[in-house]
Amino acid sequence: MDYTLLNKFDQDNIVVEKLDNLINWARTGSQWYFQFGLACCAIEMMSAAGPRHDLERFGAMPRATPRQADVMLVAGTVSIKMAERVKRLYEQMADPKYVISMGSCANSGGPYWQHGYHVLKGVDQIIPVDIYIPGCPPRPESLLQGLLELQKKIKEETPLRKKSDKK
Amino acid sequence: MKFKEIIKLLEIRCPGGSAPIEEREAVLVQPDKWLEIAQILKDDPDLTLDSLMCLSGYDKGDGENLGVAYNFHSMSKLHKLEIRIEVSIENPIIPSISQIWKTADWHEREAYDMIGIQFDGHPNLQRMLLPDDWVGHPLRKDYETPESYHDLTIPKDKTYWE
Repeated sequence: MDYTLLNKFDQDNIVVEKLDNLINWARTGSQWYFQFGLACCAIEMMSAAGPRHDLERFGAMPRATPRQADVMLVAGTVSIKMAERVKRLYEQMADPKYVISMGSCANSGGPYWQHGYHVLKGVDQIIPVDIYIPGCPPRPESLLQGLLELQKKIKEETPLRKKSDKK
Repeated sequence: MKFKEIIKLLEIRCPGGSAPIEEREAVLVQPDKWLEIAQILKDDPDLTLDSLMCLSGYDKGDGENLGVAYNFHSMSKLHKLEIRIEVSIENPIIPSISQIWKTADWHEREAYDMIGIQFDGHPNLQRMLLPDDWVGHPLRKDYETPESYHDLTIPKDKTYWE
């Protein structure tokens, strides 16, 4: 979490700061993720959400509906039957939305990359992915690392600038 | 009961319907006699095979025959029996036993989904795992992996293989 903004409250409770930074600061601290698991990676995701690793200290808590979720954690093997559902759920999420692809299966098809007739070879074929986490399955520490990397990425954003002005 | 005794009992109760496969300790059953024999397996006081442990479809790989293997267990007599039925690949029809053992309902749907065996008399013979509009039965030996499904592509990248 970025506490530089908070440290500026030292005197008079007045802060002069860019609105971009304020919005980014709010977004980094509330990565509510969409609660669904597709395979064994979901077990590690549950473990990361549990008390030992405690995702909620980063402001990441599971939401059971795409309307309230900011981050989609694609945790597990995306079968072709599921791929259409994943795409539809992503479209139902409200902006701003981010995608973390967790584990080898979601990254590239994993062990099914050659002979799996039923497995999508990478979830980035259907939805844009922000962070890829390698591992089969990744440990909860890897997921935490992925969330922190996503926070870094969000801090670089300029949500108030027009799209045409961006590089 | 021992395997030999079961074969003898089946031969007496339903002559000509079954033949032993000695090396597997399994019984090969004719499809047209299967419902009759299934009822005997469940109701005969010496057999009472009341539990259908597993039902597997298989492709023999010779391009001519498909088969189904049934594994039964008796909770009271504590003996097991394997039944096999083989049918031609052009006309793979086997009577459904889902009215006798309820377990067979979903197992038969899976065998239909993966191997493409038609179970005659099944109440709801739809695909179990794959989407309803999937083409083909993937566990057959001559199955060709599709290149795409709807607007999704299934690339066949063999660059780093073999």
